[in-house]
Amino acid sequence: MTRFILTRIASAIPTLILVSIAVFGLLRFIPGDPAALMLGDLAKPGQVEAMRVQMGLDKPVVAQYLIWIGNVLTGDFGTSISTGQDVLPLMLNAFSVSATIVLVGVFIAALIAVPAGMLAAWRQNSLGDVGVIAVSTILLSIPSFWLGLMLLLAFGLHLGWLPVIGYVPFSQGFWPALVYIVLPVTTLVLSEAGPIARMARASTIEVARLEYITHARAKGLSEAAVMWRHAFKNAFAPTLTLIGFVLGSLLGGIAVIETVFTLPGLGRLLVDAIYARDYPVVQGTMLFVAAIYVVVNLVVDLLYPFLDPRVAA
Amino acid sequence: MIALALGQSRLKFNAVFGITVTTLLLVTAIAGPWLVGYDPLKLDLPSRLTGPSARHLLGADEFGRDVLSRLVNGARTSAWIAFATVLFALVTGTVLGVAAGFLRGWTDRILMMINDAFLAFPGLLLALGIMAVIGASRDGIVLALGLAYMPIVVRVVRSAVLSIREREYVEASRVMGNSEFITMARHVLPNCVAPIIVLATTMFGWVILSESALSFLGLGVPPPAASWGSMLSTARPYISQAPHLIVLPGLCISITLLGINMLGDAVRDWLDPKL
Amino acid sequence: MMDGTTFVRNPMLSVRDLTITIGASGKRIVDTLSFDLASGDMMALVGESGSGKTMAARAILGLLPQPLMATPESRILFKDNDLTRIEPRAMRKIRGAEIGMVFQEPMVSLNPAVTIGEQMAEGLRLHHKLDKAEIRDRSLAMLERIRIKEPAKCLAAYPHEFSGGMRQRIMLASVMLLKPRLLIADEPTTALDTLVQRDVLDLMVELTQANGTAVLLISHDLGMVSHYIPNVVVMSDGKAVESGASSEVLREPKHDYTRRLLDALPRRSAGGMRGGDCGKPVVEVRNVVIDYPGRNRFFSRTEAKRAVHGVDLTVRSGETLALVGASGSGKTTLGRAIVGLVKPTSGQIAFLGAEGHAPADHRGRHHEMQIVFQDPYSSLDPRQRIADIIAEPLKLDKSMNAAERERRVEQVFAEVGLSPDFRRRFPHQLSGGQRQRVAIARAIVGRPAFVVADEPVSALDMTVQKQILLLIRELQARHNFACLFVSHDLGAVEQVADRIAVMQDGRIVEIGDRDDVIDRPQHPYTRQLLEAAMLIDRRFAETGQLPQAMAR
Repeated sequence: MTRFILTRIASAIPTLILVSIAVFGLLRFIPGDPAALMLGDLAKPGQVEAMRVQMGLDKPVVAQYLIWIGNVLTGDFGTSISTGQDVLPLMLNAFSVSATIVLVGVFIAALIAVPAGMLAAWRQNSLGDVGVIAVSTILLSIPSFWLGLMLLLAFGLHLGWLPVIGYVPFSQGFWPALVYIVLPVTTLVLSEAGPIARMARASTIEVARLEYITHARAKGLSEAAVMWRHAFKNAFAPTLTLIGFVLGSLLGGIAVIETVFTLPGLGRLLVDAIYARDYPVVQGTMLFVAAIYVVVNLVVDLLYPFLDPRVAA
Repeated sequence: MIALALGQSRLKFNAVFGITVTTLLLVTAIAGPWLVGYDPLKLDLPSRLTGPSARHLLGADEFGRDVLSRLVNGARTSAWIAFATVLFALVTGTVLGVAAGFLRGWTDRILMMINDAFLAFPGLLLALGIMAVIGASRDGIVLALGLAYMPIVVRVVRSAVLSIREREYVEASRVMGNSEFITMARHVLPNCVAPIIVLATTMFGWVILSESALSFLGLGVPPPAASWGSMLSTARPYISQAPHLIVLPGLCISITLLGINMLGDAVRDWLDPKL
Repeated sequence: MMDGTTFVRNPMLSVRDLTITIGASGKRIVDTLSFDLASGDMMALVGESGSGKTMAARAILGLLPQPLMATPESRILFKDNDLTRIEPRAMRKIRGAEIGMVFQEPMVSLNPAVTIGEQMAEGLRLHHKLDKAEIRDRSLAMLERIRIKEPAKCLAAYPHEFSGGMRQRIMLASVMLLKPRLLIADEPTTALDTLVQRDVLDLMVELTQANGTAVLLISHDLGMVSHYIPNVVVMSDGKAVESGASSEVLREPKHDYTRRLLDALPRRSAGGMRGGDCGKPVVEVRNVVIDYPGRNRFFSRTEAKRAVHGVDLTVRSGETLALVGASGSGKTTLGRAIVGLVKPTSGQIAFLGAEGHAPADHRGRHHEMQIVFQDPYSSLDPRQRIADIIAEPLKLDKSMNAAERERRVEQVFAEVGLSPDFRRRFPHQLSGGQRQRVAIARAIVGRPAFVVADEPVSALDMTVQKQILLLIRELQARHNFACLFVSHDLGAVEQVADRIAVMQDGRIVEIGDRDDVIDRPQHPYTRQLLEAAMLIDRRFAETGQLPQAMAR
């Protein structure tokens, strides 16, 4: 078990190194001189040269990478070109916004979708099952940004129940904050429930035809006990992987939903930085987001043996 | 018995609906401009932000451009980008996946290490990064999304190759003296086709969704060309004055995706009757 | 068709006109099946795959999978209840507590995510309302009784930590823990090695006899059944074609189908010893050692495992050498090494005098060496047509033109008994036996000097097994190839082999002429295997003696 955990953690390290190289390499391809970009159009050539030295751009590429990654490891992601702020606090603030919405949204989505998918599978091809498939396939097909706009149109503009744009952190009171995140969270719940329900259904169908389920029935267990005690753990394992995957990719920012509701999240930070050619922010955010993704997937893998003890053997 | 019938009619419905929508998309994409007969870029300022009328069947946008012809043009954009991207990702991904699964050893290990690093960028992030470097353009999207989806193809193809090459009919081919190359071409690759087809269908939907998301973020198809995502993005400020500008492109995306998803389910049921 | 023996005076279980259909009006899987089973008795339902025996057994506990259903005329009476009409709640009180069930695949019938202790405790908690300590005591006592080492540790372990035989013992223990009145055992030993099979069956008899539990055994193996079970119902196509005391049925089969089943029981082929020492050596294996390499990872290392420890073998033209052993004995690895699928760690394998040990070494003469695999479902490329599959080895022979190839394929179709109608079909459109004929046709079409047959019949029904074994012998007589017949099944080996080599833990412990090895085994392991193999038919056929149905 310990060996499984250590092996799995160790295997994430090369991935993270390659990711950082990829991010660094990608940003080297941006057309134009970063130093000139940083100083703006009014800079004199001498200033640019000085900036190049200051940014380390005169050194070989490998050295540049090592300096950068060394700084990153000590928490120094550089400063934003457009605002002059440190990148790390910028990212952490934006992350707290994205994370609040994503954690709440995915949790609620899983809470609804996993039971719905499992119950549908248990009564495969019943009316209820077809209903669950139909709804989840439709939800799967609606882009989240359009769904958000529709909710905004209906509840914000037409009915006027909820604020249309903006964000208030939870530190400024529970209710005001809640009012602002209802619509984005609802959007997220609706758009993520579809794939989770479909996955829960598919893996439950796989498990339900296995012999140990029949064996459990032959012991005299009730259908509820068979499902909960014997099917759930086995069927939930692949669904957990999907939820981890969803969580990992969304925690890095839900750019489109943040755009719809004008939320200062991580996704929006990245997109705005790309517009503004704010190259330290782009670099830092991409690395940060990829790292979150790798770590979340690592955590899911480490949880997996609790559902399926064969993995750690 | 009723349940069984319900299950079977669902499968049939999936196939019929999926094929209809996909055909409709393709027909619109190819023949659209001749069907509508209206220039999607032509400005008609007096009609700006108006709803459906005899002059503009589905209304006009903030510059008075005809929404119907822009939607048709958007279908063209989406279909073209989706086709080019899926083709690009499939071809490059299959080549690399087969190379990894066929050569194994160090080639496989190094390819997979790089591939896994690419897979460690969630969702749109890699595409966003690439768009940041090359700038927004139609071909840029194809390259960005193609590179973003290629690693998935590599994974699927490689694992299909690795699992099929362990089958007994492949061993039988080796025993009878066929070279590794013939064995691969005659027995392994043809049996990888099914998972690749399933993946391609699913990917077609992903690409349409991703393209509209990128365009919605302003990093996709540059104006004034019409794309469903960018139509949504430019119409956002006018959401209360002209809601039809928001409703219609979204409906187009949703129905297209629904059709492709159902087609995907049908293809999977057809190729893999197990589920 | 029925004689009186399966209808007893005070039956505990009484099945009448049990008919199972697909959907309300579909095909009949089981057709008006009737039998009685008295308290404490043992009975077997015997039939081949598709005979409906498993579904009949599942219907008793109301466990038919969708969309199968029992028709309204069907009646299953168990202690004054009609199980076809009983409320689900009442049925659940009977399941486990009154009627226990053991399944075929020990690898998939225990839940991989739940500890053994919990899976044993579940039934006790449900039906006997015991407290935790008592449940634990009883579980431990039962595990001790079935001779599991370290029972306390076993309770906390997960199923994947045990071998197939162990799992089946545990499964049996967990079912018998509830002391049911009736045990339904669905092919409980089919997936196990011979020695383990016998162990599990003995344990089953021991536990049920001690508790007075009646047994309904579902099996395809008439030989095994006649040894353990006094009464038998033979099923074919959903119908009971014959029933009665096992000894009677064996001695005087009344129905055609039963006779065919009996004919299919392993019987020594006439001749034996055809090749003897007269044929020229085709394959010579000298001191071959095969290791499976260990793996090095960051924090773990699996040791290299030696599968074959220095083996010498010679196979001559026209003879069949059978390689017998339990799973894990290295027999399959050795067979695969000879055809070049596995590279030996050391030692020589000479083919027709030429040495080498990688497939490339034999290239060019490769069509002279062929293999037939165990599972005819995975050994044929699903995307090729039958004629193309069979013709493929010929494509490597540049001296043949298309017309000659065509003619040869036609000829081989006839030789293996395949209808020419199959030429354009795909493998999934054929039955298991037909597929195995295709695999054999592919192996012999190039007139090879040597064929490895790796468990070629163990995935097939008994009657089909017989046909395939006869076919192999017939083809060998005609084409004079040398054959290495790898098998765990002494019954099959006896029918087909000229010589037998017994393998245990990677070594050949005994090798000799068939009759010597079977009639006068030298090594204790061989004796053990033979004893467990229960070759009843041999005694039956040669001495005219009847096997005794044992009620220990």
